[in-house]
Amino acid sequence: MEPIRVHEGRVYPLNRSNIDTDQIIPKQFLKRISRQGFGQFLFFNWRFDNEGNPRPDFSLNDPKYQHASILVAGENFGCGSSREHAPWALLDYGFKVIIAPSFADIFNNNCTKNGILPVQLTEEETQLLMDRADNENDYTLKVDLENKRVYDSIDFEASFDLPEYPREMLLNGWDEIGVTLTYADKIDQFEAKKQTL
Amino acid sequence: MQKPKTIIEKIWDQHVVHQEEGKPDLLYIDLHLVHEVTSPQAFEGLRMNDRKVRRPDLTYATMDHNVPTIHRHIIKDQISKTQMDTLKSNCEEFGVPLADIDHPDQGIVHVIGPELGLTQPGKTIVCGDSHTSTHGAFGALAFGIGTSEVEHVLATQTIWQAPPKTLNVKVNGKLGKGITAKDLILAIIGKYGVRFGTGYVVEYTGEAIRSLSMEGRMTVCNMSIEAGARAGLISPDDITVEFLRGRRHVPKGEVFEKVAKEWKALATDAGATYDATVEINADEVEPQVTWGTNPGMCIPVSGSVPNPEDAKTANGKDEINRALEYMGLEAGQPISSVKIDHVFIGSCTNSRLSDLTRAAEIVKGHKVKSGIRAMVVPGSHSVKKAAEAEGLDQIFKEAGFEWREAGCSMCLGMNDDIVPAGERCASTSNRNFEGRQGAGARTHLVSPEMAAAAAIEGHFVDVRKFSIPTA
Repeated sequence: MEPIRVHEGRVYPLNRSNIDTDQIIPKQFLKRISRQGFGQFLFFNWRFDNEGNPRPDFSLNDPKYQHASILVAGENFGCGSSREHAPWALLDYGFKVIIAPSFADIFNNNCTKNGILPVQLTEEETQLLMDRADNENDYTLKVDLENKRVYDSIDFEASFDLPEYPREMLLNGWDEIGVTLTYADKIDQFEAKKQTL
Repeated sequence: MQKPKTIIEKIWDQHVVHQEEGKPDLLYIDLHLVHEVTSPQAFEGLRMNDRKVRRPDLTYATMDHNVPTIHRHIIKDQISKTQMDTLKSNCEEFGVPLADIDHPDQGIVHVIGPELGLTQPGKTIVCGDSHTSTHGAFGALAFGIGTSEVEHVLATQTIWQAPPKTLNVKVNGKLGKGITAKDLILAIIGKYGVRFGTGYVVEYTGEAIRSLSMEGRMTVCNMSIEAGARAGLISPDDITVEFLRGRRHVPKGEVFEKVAKEWKALATDAGATYDATVEINADEVEPQVTWGTNPGMCIPVSGSVPNPEDAKTANGKDEINRALEYMGLEAGQPISSVKIDHVFIGSCTNSRLSDLTRAAEIVKGHKVKSGIRAMVVPGSHSVKKAAEAEGLDQIFKEAGFEWREAGCSMCLGMNDDIVPAGERCASTSNRNFEGRQGAGARTHLVSPEMAAAAAIEGHFVDVRKFSIPTA
């Protein structure tokens, strides 16, 4: 996966809580057997009407948010199904960073395995970012994973927490299986011990 | 004396392969269940990196999400077919056992694991499916993972996991007559919301939990993820042991007695502490019906749809308004007045033999209300055969239900079993998300008994007041 150290990009605010992975990518698009090409289906039922035309009342269709790469949303983002097609769709669409007051556990993991940075800020901070993205034109944020900080060009500055392990994975873009296989002898030992029990 | 431990800590400690400062623990996985939707990219990853499946003998695959539940071999959707064919060729290539569409063991992955005795107390179990928490009913540490993690477990039989916080969900007292495990778990999520379990592994404790059958325990643990908890489990006891006795993958004879003792010793020690505890009184639980677009939006069948004006926050108000609009409901409307178009009895939450038996008791001698399409989709081929041996299929068919082959079916409508836009379904599944059963479909989650009664009456009724005919 692509390493991510500092990311600067346009913000797209989606002021809803409990956005589940069925909304991020509906079930009818889970049938592909590759990891690519899911961006066109992102938020499909919200973005398009029954005839496949963009819904003008869904904000992601607003030209103002074209090429946004930072998604800011309400709490419990990514709840529900474990489908990794959700981060694949977000990434393929162009989102590199997701900011929310909280994330669902499986989704959070799936993001860090795909080079998407999940940033947890407070509810007040996310609300402020969503309001600014709403009111400004071309509102951008800078997210610095090395120092775990988020800035805008006005006066916003906040720090966030991310455990050391996913942070290192994201900073280096490591292949996790490759890392784990360096512990193969420990896995062998564990299995040998289990066998004798 | 050793510090008292929860079952969660005991299982964890037995599975740590490697521990080091600043890293999650490397945890060994005893059983990896695989299905057609979340595995193709994982097998492809192995192939690209010239990697093998480390322990095909600890891996077990089936087809459930996409499979047709009628005309098994006429798969209209070529992409679905490709996904099933891909699983078959991947399993052949990597030596993974597979119960494919024609196999007598085929079924929903979370139904067949316990049925075959693959699911056992003390095991760590993963699957690329969030309802893997179901297996926690046996006192296993079972959780859903994404496809990258599926690939990781295939290649290494391990997973990196930070030790979880523990949450005791304590159910005091006994459930009333006619109240099911489904009502209990919906009431818990209704009371505490859809994220109180995030970051935790839940242990369900208390008298009402102890009294549940294994099927009931599976229904409860299944929906742990709807509260945000990746895993939810129940300490093993005699009910667990007797359920597993004689199952195919469980040891036999004296070895079984020895293993059964070890299983029961895994139960949480007296005096063990949790990071958090929430409680609910079982005798307060009524039959539940969801009204909105997440499982926490649920009310007793005697209740009314909430009013957005009663929300505590502006965001809460927006959320209720959006749900009402999507669901086509009015604030304050009694939920029992809501008319339905479809009934679905099935899914990894409620498709086991006892679920079907209890629904059939309600249905017997009645007819599905005219205009309603009702279907029963057994959780596995074995459940279907056992139900047919008891004549349940006849009861359902005579009442006007469709009797289908095993699969996930209308829980998520990846096959042809879809609820059309704007139509309303009483469903025994686990998620009432927007579009879950079909774009624009409106889902109300209920127990199998409540779904059966709604099929007959055409709207939601308190199943406890539903008269069972005296033949």
